[in-house]
Amino acid sequence: MLALVQALTLSAGYNAAVVTVGAAILGVAAGACGTFMFLRKRALVSDALAHATLPGIVIAFMVMVGFGGDGRDLFGLLAGAAISATIGLLAVDAMVAHTRLSQDAAIGAVLSVFFGFGIVCLTVVQTMTAGRQAGLEAFLLGSTAGMLYGDAVTIAAGAALCLGALLLLRRAMTVVAFDPQFAAASGFSVRLVDIAMMALVLAVTVIGLRVVGLVLIVALLIIPPVSARFWTDRAGVMVVLSAAFGGLAGYGGSAISAVAPALPTGSIVVLAAFAIFSISFLFSPRRGLLAAALRRRGHEVRVHRRQGLLALSKGEPVLDAMTLAVLRRERLIRRDGVPTELGRTEAAKARLDEARWIAARIALDPDALASQSDVLTPIEDAFTADQIATIDRHLQKPRAV
Amino acid sequence: MGLGGEFVQLSLAPLLIGVLAAVACALPGNFLLLRQQALIGDAISHVVLPGIVVAFLLTGLVSTWPMLLGAALAAVVAVAMIEAIKRLGRVEPGAAMGVTFTTLFAAGVLLLEQSDTSAVHLDVEHALYGNLESLVWFDAVGWASLMDAGALAGLPDELPRMALVALAVCLLTAVFWRPLKITTFDEGYAATVGIPVNLLGIGLVVTAAVAAVAAFDAVGSIIVIAMFICPPAAARLMTDHLGRQVTWSVAFAIASAVLGYTFAGYGPGWVGTDHALSAAGMIATVSGLILAVTCLAGPHRKSVAVVK
Repeated sequence: MLALVQALTLSAGYNAAVVTVGAAILGVAAGACGTFMFLRKRALVSDALAHATLPGIVIAFMVMVGFGGDGRDLFGLLAGAAISATIGLLAVDAMVAHTRLSQDAAIGAVLSVFFGFGIVCLTVVQTMTAGRQAGLEAFLLGSTAGMLYGDAVTIAAGAALCLGALLLLRRAMTVVAFDPQFAAASGFSVRLVDIAMMALVLAVTVIGLRVVGLVLIVALLIIPPVSARFWTDRAGVMVVLSAAFGGLAGYGGSAISAVAPALPTGSIVVLAAFAIFSISFLFSPRRGLLAAALRRRGHEVRVHRRQGLLALSKGEPVLDAMTLAVLRRERLIRRDGVPTELGRTEAAKARLDEARWIAARIALDPDALASQSDVLTPIEDAFTADQIATIDRHLQKPRAV
Repeated sequence: MGLGGEFVQLSLAPLLIGVLAAVACALPGNFLLLRQQALIGDAISHVVLPGIVVAFLLTGLVSTWPMLLGAALAAVVAVAMIEAIKRLGRVEPGAAMGVTFTTLFAAGVLLLEQSDTSAVHLDVEHALYGNLESLVWFDAVGWASLMDAGALAGLPDELPRMALVALAVCLLTAVFWRPLKITTFDEGYAATVGIPVNLLGIGLVVTAAVAAVAAFDAVGSIIVIAMFICPPAAARLMTDHLGRQVTWSVAFAIASAVLGYTFAGYGPGWVGTDHALSAAGMIATVSGLILAVTCLAGPHRKSVAVVK
């Protein structure tokens, strides 16, 4: 526990602190980039990208060994990853543009074929005399254990660069993500902005490989924006929230992983992100599950209350258990089902309201009605006094209950 | 490369397993592809891992049926989770899928690393790319062993299991051919003629999951994803006729498995080294090459013209 607190407060050693900060910056960049990608409905393209990095990493290793290096230079490996991911991305785009295959088929094909080819390359490395391929596996599931100081700085600096580029491009990317037609009309080149977006996604993916791993890096690009979407309808707010969620997942995940070096960092980061998602999914006041359930329940109560009151006003017996419960709870009826004073007043009101709503369909023109579909709203709240006067002229005088 | 005793002993079983796995995945892959659900295969093959790990933790043994069951259950859980996120959270399908399979896979990896599975053959690398080459038939001495009951008993367990699953997938495809075809192309019409559309959809996903699990055990998840998508996608570019598409996809799957296995096992020998390459990876690569060729030259590669 103490170790975890130390890791979270960046006092568990210099290397661990750099890695944790680096992962947090990476998460922020990934969350922000991912938002634009999510809004452009290309979320899973990043999965193809991530898997397509494997052959590049392995071939870069072989080339570096071929030139007499030890093959573990992170910058060189990431450059290889970027090249093969670019080829994968171009393959997805070409398949979608020039054949009848849909985007998901193209993604799946590139993902599995590039990854398979990467595995073939890995087995080649295993046979090389310099084939201490230890270290390359770290790219599969991510590992911060034993990361060199230079590597950590490379990752942190790369993520910071991405973040800077994002800040510069944020307006153009927001407009394009939100409304491509409007963006094109306002003079943005949608194509160029899309290319810039995918380039940033690619950069984040490549930089994140060593920390999160290529199987799971896609989670850092998808889960934060999906979680952020629950809290807001505004693109700008969503980017900021998503970046914060990504940063939190990266920070927390790598801090926990610093305490438990045997566990793959990628898994912990992804599960941290999923925890944020779960909270958003359940408790967001706008689109969360709990809020939706409460709204549904509230609507149900209003319908039962209304139907119960109408029945009372006509002197009909109320039989439905839930209606009875609702009426009793609001003290509209007594325990034996006889309406109270309050109940009779409310029933009369409901009767008048109902009659007015029926008359409204005749009295008002359809345009005025079209915006008001919920007849459970008290009619005074739905229309202006003038409109109500018009309605009342079409109304027979309500009888007393 | 000779086809003598050594071939029977070392290569016959893995080759057959590869072919059967490829066919078992490619068949449901056709329908998933046409229903725009190609990535379900990807999602399933990722969640198979946590299913297997949980089954292992509960039963404490690496035996086939609990694992098969665990993985199939995990696939169902994943599909339910995707649907729940999609419907209740109003999230687009791709993103819902991304959230689900990365999370379940991450959980599987974590469970695996936390539990003591060092004594058994269960690790992440194995899950990703299988170990086709190790499934040798030790008891075989030559083709004559195919007639020898004692030697046949020594076949790797994966072979009869995979054969059984492949057979079941073929049978299911044949039996449900008409309803599958109708629901795939016109779900509304299918519902009006009384086909239980949703049940059939779930059945398809479960069949795919079972094929994925059986194949996964022998060949790893790479081949599974590649075979779900590449042969059907290549076949889709060859024809407009569903029957012919399925036939092409089976042919492509078999070709990928045979060529991939051959290149991986014997290819290095042709260039003068004796180290074999990953057969699973090579099979996926060959299926990708086939897809690339059909993308460039398939007779029906272009998008269908939109009638205005």
